[in-house]
Amino acid sequence: METTVISPRKTFSLKDIKEIWQYRELLYFFVWRDLKVRYKQTFVGVAWAVFQPFLTMVVFSIFFGGLAKMPSDGVPYPIFVYVGLLFWQFFSTALSDTSMALISNQSIITKVYFPRLILPISSVMTKFVDFLIATLILIGLMFYYGYMPHISGLLILPLLLLITFMASVGLGLFLASINVKYRDVRYALPFFIQIMLFLTPVIYPASIAGKYSFLLAINPMMGVIQSARAALLGTAPINWMLINISLVGTLVLMILGIYIFKKTERYFADII
Amino acid sequence: MEKPIIEIKNIGKKYNITHQRGGYIALRDVLMNVLKSPFNFIKNKTKQIAGFEKKEEFWALSNINFEVKKGEVIGIIGGNGAGKSTLLKILSQITPPTTGEIILRGRVGSLLEVGTGFHPELTGRENIFLNGAILGMKKKEIAKKFDEIVLFAGIEKFLDTPVKYYSSGMYVRLAFSVAAHMEPDILIIDEVLAVGDAEFQKKCLGKMNEITKTQGRTILFVSHNINAIEQLCSSTILLKNGKIIKAGPTKEIIGEYLENITPSEESEKILIPKTENNAFFSKISITNTENKTTNKIKQAEDFYINLELNVLKEIQNTDVSVSLKNSQGVIVNFSSLSDKSPEHLQSFTPGIHHLKVKFFGKFLMPGVYFIRISLHHPGTENIDTRDDILAFSILNSHGFRPINYGVGVVTIPNEWIL
Repeated sequence: METTVISPRKTFSLKDIKEIWQYRELLYFFVWRDLKVRYKQTFVGVAWAVFQPFLTMVVFSIFFGGLAKMPSDGVPYPIFVYVGLLFWQFFSTALSDTSMALISNQSIITKVYFPRLILPISSVMTKFVDFLIATLILIGLMFYYGYMPHISGLLILPLLLLITFMASVGLGLFLASINVKYRDVRYALPFFIQIMLFLTPVIYPASIAGKYSFLLAINPMMGVIQSARAALLGTAPINWMLINISLVGTLVLMILGIYIFKKTERYFADII
Repeated sequence: MEKPIIEIKNIGKKYNITHQRGGYIALRDVLMNVLKSPFNFIKNKTKQIAGFEKKEEFWALSNINFEVKKGEVIGIIGGNGAGKSTLLKILSQITPPTTGEIILRGRVGSLLEVGTGFHPELTGRENIFLNGAILGMKKKEIAKKFDEIVLFAGIEKFLDTPVKYYSSGMYVRLAFSVAAHMEPDILIIDEVLAVGDAEFQKKCLGKMNEITKTQGRTILFVSHNINAIEQLCSSTILLKNGKIIKAGPTKEIIGEYLENITPSEESEKILIPKTENNAFFSKISITNTENKTTNKIKQAEDFYINLELNVLKEIQNTDVSVSLKNSQGVIVNFSSLSDKSPEHLQSFTPGIHHLKVKFFGKFLMPGVYFIRISLHHPGTENIDTRDDILAFSILNSHGFRPINYGVGVVTIPNEWIL
């Protein structure tokens, strides 16, 4: 028989992972709901997921690639910037959604119990679906410009996605926790995300920073985008050192995020 | 012997008063404070960490102990702030307790609200699945009961319409229907029955009765609705100020509740002056026929509500009204100076004025009532309105309807002719 014991709550334990697995159907329903609702509300529906990065790519290609003559490591600028945008948008939209995950579901949080971690995870998964849809354009671009990814390149893609996932969940959980207490965080976040776009080598190659480019490595998304370009477009040999740094960095970030989230979780329902 | 299905041991819940303060803290303000006076901040922080700072603590619940056997239906009653909802939230794991432990042996379903997580953009069909999943049902289970749910709600035709186009009645029916088809071993329910039209409420009560009687489900039922508690629960727990006052057979406990637990013990109140107005209510009291102030009135008795009006500047064409609201929030009576005709609108000269309204207790059902008073220019302007300013209870008296038949909103004396 199922037995539940309710007692003063402690921080993260293995029980939490088990619980998330138990509630996997709810996780699925949250993802399903978010996708369904969004594609119902916007007029163009699913096309939106394709349209948005595509248009950004076109505008960036005209202004940065065409007019500003931004270097692109010898790759046609549209495809160069699109690889960056693809991962960047996955990261930034997942981050902003995760940080709002608790607030936007507060009516459910205050009425029903389920492992709260499901909410931010479902936000990231929703964005992952968008990522997959937007990948179609990349495939089209690669055909158009005649690029064949290396096999080894395709193999590291899951690793890069894992890093992006951990980075957005880690940072998102942290922001979601403080968002519950300090409601002005959400107004500041879009601004920071915008700034971060320019601090990440999305529209320019990391190489333009010259000998200071190692400074950019602090940003885990730099490692991801850099490696994605190396793997898909062969701009440079894959820098495993960079990937490892990003991997360890984001893992720490995620554990820290989960820890803070679990620590503050107990009073969410009281102050939300 | 079988172990009790619910064991509640020494449950307590502490809130820090600062958490309760309204509004949200802005990170901007916190950062600004740190920048402006870093030393103060460090001092306060160290005090907090060292535990010197006197925090204002509030125990919403303390020392709650009880056990529930399988198949029992237990009611929980208590006035506002008695800790009912806190207990409910702890039982449904929405907020953790500060002390103690609860053991629940079986699948738990909690219903603090019907229609939790309904999304207006999604269709009825989609919402049944979403809501079911949120309530903890498996997808297969929902699919199996889908037709039953739709039938009970009576929304077959609108299954593929987004629920934002539903009437509020349809919405509530669908929401309740999903909830009613959960099959947990332990069901924890808040006042979800206080929704929908009367007929649907009856249907819901019927459904709940059926569940408890035929399926032997264990239910914890929290409500203001004394009638519903009486119909469903065999025994009841009475909470006051976060503690269990008494537990026992429902009939006994409800009697106790009505006699002793009036939300406030006051029968007279000096009101906060509203000097920015031309006039305001300065005092209110309830008196019985012997002219003694009291807020416990026997049902057979008459009583008076006395108002004191402080007029600062002459007011003309004003009306004064008194309404009584029962514990379910229904206004059972509204009366005003101008009830008889518009000519009864009054002008008040500066000074203190006394007004007195007589009520006949025999028309009111035993229970708790809240008074709302208002001074206004009819249809144009409110001068002073005070909601729930005082409360009183009508006590059950012998020789009249016993409380266990307590159906209805008012009692109208009538005669049976045989």
